[in-house]
Amino acid sequence: MNALVEDLSGSKPLNLLKGLDYSILQQCMHCGMCLPTCPTYDVTKLERHSPRGRIALMKAVAEDKMETTKALGEEMYYCLGCLACETACPAGVNYEHLFETARAEVERAKVLNKPFRQTMRWLFLKMLFSHPRFLRMLGRFLWMSQASGLQRLARASGVMSLLPRYWRDLEKQAPTVCRYFSHELIQPLESPAKPRFQAGMLTGCVQDILFSDINRDTVEVLLANGCEVHTPSLQYCCGSLHAHNGDLEAAREMARRNIDSFDLDQMDVIITNAGGCGSHLKHYDRLLEHDPVYAARAVLWSQKLKDIHEWLDEIGLRPPVPPLGSEAEQTVVTYHHSCHLCHGQKVSRQPQDILRSVPGIKLVELKEADWCCGSAGIYNITQPEMAAQLQNRKMENVAATKVTLVATANPGCHLQLVNGALQKGMNVEVRHPVSLLAQGYRNEVRGNK
Amino acid sequence: VKQEQLCQLRELLGSKNVLSELIDLIPYGFDGTAALSRTADVVVLPDTSEQVQALVRWASQEKIPLVTRGSGTGLSGGSVPVEGGIVLCLTKLNRILNVDAENLTLLTEPGVITQSILEAAEKHGLFYPPDPSSMKISTIGGNVANNSGGLRGLKYGVTRDYVMGMEVVLPSGEIVWLGGKCVKDVAGYSLKDLFVGSEGTLGVITKVLLKLVPKPASRRTLLALYDRLEDAAATVSAIVAAKVVPCTLEFLDSFTLRCVEDYAHVGLPTDVAALLLMETDGHPAVTAEEAEAMEAIARKCGAREVRVARDEQEAKEIARARRSAFSALARIKPTTILEDVTVPRNQLAPMVRAIEAIAKHYKLQIAIFGHMGDGNLHPTFLTDERDHEEMARVEKAMEAIFVETIALGGTITGEHGVGLAKKPYLQQQFKDGSYELLKTVKRALDPQGLLNPGKIFDL
Repeated sequence: MNALVEDLSGSKPLNLLKGLDYSILQQCMHCGMCLPTCPTYDVTKLERHSPRGRIALMKAVAEDKMETTKALGEEMYYCLGCLACETACPAGVNYEHLFETARAEVERAKVLNKPFRQTMRWLFLKMLFSHPRFLRMLGRFLWMSQASGLQRLARASGVMSLLPRYWRDLEKQAPTVCRYFSHELIQPLESPAKPRFQAGMLTGCVQDILFSDINRDTVEVLLANGCEVHTPSLQYCCGSLHAHNGDLEAAREMARRNIDSFDLDQMDVIITNAGGCGSHLKHYDRLLEHDPVYAARAVLWSQKLKDIHEWLDEIGLRPPVPPLGSEAEQTVVTYHHSCHLCHGQKVSRQPQDILRSVPGIKLVELKEADWCCGSAGIYNITQPEMAAQLQNRKMENVAATKVTLVATANPGCHLQLVNGALQKGMNVEVRHPVSLLAQGYRNEVRGNK
Repeated sequence: VKQEQLCQLRELLGSKNVLSELIDLIPYGFDGTAALSRTADVVVLPDTSEQVQALVRWASQEKIPLVTRGSGTGLSGGSVPVEGGIVLCLTKLNRILNVDAENLTLLTEPGVITQSILEAAEKHGLFYPPDPSSMKISTIGGNVANNSGGLRGLKYGVTRDYVMGMEVVLPSGEIVWLGGKCVKDVAGYSLKDLFVGSEGTLGVITKVLLKLVPKPASRRTLLALYDRLEDAAATVSAIVAAKVVPCTLEFLDSFTLRCVEDYAHVGLPTDVAALLLMETDGHPAVTAEEAEAMEAIARKCGAREVRVARDEQEAKEIARARRSAFSALARIKPTTILEDVTVPRNQLAPMVRAIEAIAKHYKLQIAIFGHMGDGNLHPTFLTDERDHEEMARVEKAMEAIFVETIALGGTITGEHGVGLAKKPYLQQQFKDGSYELLKTVKRALDPQGLLNPGKIFDL
């Protein structure tokens, strides 16, 4: 609707790719350095499934050489959005911006619209991920069914076999919900003995109900490093899900609400612990650049937004003191990069440094550690086949390290690895680096006592 | 290409190997060259060399142009289907067939990625030296067809020096084998050499036999900074005169250096006129001696500062300035045009000076870096292809650079090939009957002119 109004007023062309600043498209010099890093090109070896191929298609649409067709829509949703191409690109192409715009154009042109798809989009984007209370309600319901044994009963009874295969496969991947959500574990204000910094804490949406323990661990790690932590009890989705699925308007609304949740001037930093969210949260400045009310604060927001590992590294992490008599115990851990943490935010060294700082942890290298695991937001739901291939490849690399503990810093990757281990019958636990660090601090206290 | 012909192609190669929808074709309309593109009628990706042969034979009957390509990373527009027709993409012929550690050879299909060739050789303690900057994705077939260079040219030569033999599908569809595993071989014309650097205009290479060498046991890396460009050039001449053959002698001019520092924060002073990155490899005793000699020569020639890497880690750090040069430049403007003029080594300083003067005269940003040991420079135009007025000045400046290069006894292309981009200037370099000789060869092998038409020269 908005796009239509803009078009009638003559200020902006209807086609979003045509409306895009052309120099962003032109920045791609099609050298091909992105090709070997692109998971979909790697599997298919077809140029249209590569970053430079997709950019060429976007450019063709912008130049009127091609229409926004259904095939184009499918291509844009076949892309994982892992941004490995951004790391490989010598010319600094902003692929994320291009890919978000292309998907928004696909939605505007309605080339993929089907009643079922639109219902699902409404349910996920407009309901669950726009209203945190709905999400928490669903979380409660899931927790109750899991805790009461209802889920096990349903699975055992064979009721699930009545579902179509796609839903059955999806149901098997249903994550385990935490008993307590973030606001039940974290006080709105928590202070260390001597506060050095004021930190705003983002608890996320999925993270809030599935990994509230990681949020709690993040707060403890911040406290242990002299940060006073401000955590609003009801928080909104960061909007990355909306932005990456062609709903930029909803993404902007989420951004405004999040900005309103914090007294930005009082904060030294706003902390996120989820790689995928962080990559999007840091771009609120670009998302809201034309917003007359929010543009300036969005710039401030983007300046202050930091990934937890990045922040700890910046202020100088206090390494946990090894408890007495614990030298012999060593846990071997490997680290899987969240794409949007290492490619989107270029944070790759810091989480590994943090892991190395934890007493009793030995970090070993994971082959293809920065290769996408196939989770990619909701890609594993929309493109199950490709997602499964990537998951398989990831789990084989994990198996080759022979570790029983993988660290990763993004809820999507976390779930994908847990499910991958489950499917392959691998004895592998998945933890957030910050949880392992928090454990290190807790052992410290226990050791001293 | 007519509908009926499409059906025949599908029958010949299998439906999955024939692309004809616009969305599939557009991404095959260009390579790594700025501002050159044209959408092909069909793209085909055969699985076997037999399919290639069948395709070439069919195309010859139907009189349809064939443009062979690999990963499409070329920098002269060589794989742009400028006259339409069929793009023949060889990326599926991607098997390394054999590594012969006794004869130090490697037999491969053309679609194998260059990096994989190097890795396969290294598994046997061997080495494949040519290292074009795109080697992580470029195909060996493309390297052979363009006789690609790289950073190790001074000591190790270029792709041609490693091609011992090949299987070629001739324009008629006939398959021939050229060359072989013999170190010495003077039986007849060296026909394989005709196809190295032929840019897909004479035949389709379906197998390549490569020469490997023992992997050097050690490497030493140095970096020198100069207040005067001439001192850097003098260092290169003095090193060569001292009978030291480094594997790499790379150069950055002051503009490139400033861009690198802005982008990669390597910690280099930004007021120097030139940077040289020097590397020697081989037996540890030799590299130690050569590194020492090069350090002394650089200092004697007036280097402001010389840094010597103590270990592999430090070597990587030192080499980072050179490695990030292109990335640092490519992000400044929307369009980056990378040239590759090459002059005899003793003409380097005058050539760099001439490029600087040309940039000034035409009010353009031209950064210069390159393989100084080979006399191979990369004047890099930072511009915007939508700015027609500036692009017109770029054209003029480029021509001026080519004229100067030829005057200094150089060549308009050292390692990228002529393709489309340098076609208009080739005749200026080939002043005598040699230009006509090129066409004679082409007509003899491809009388119908169907293989990569419109490239290198017009018939």
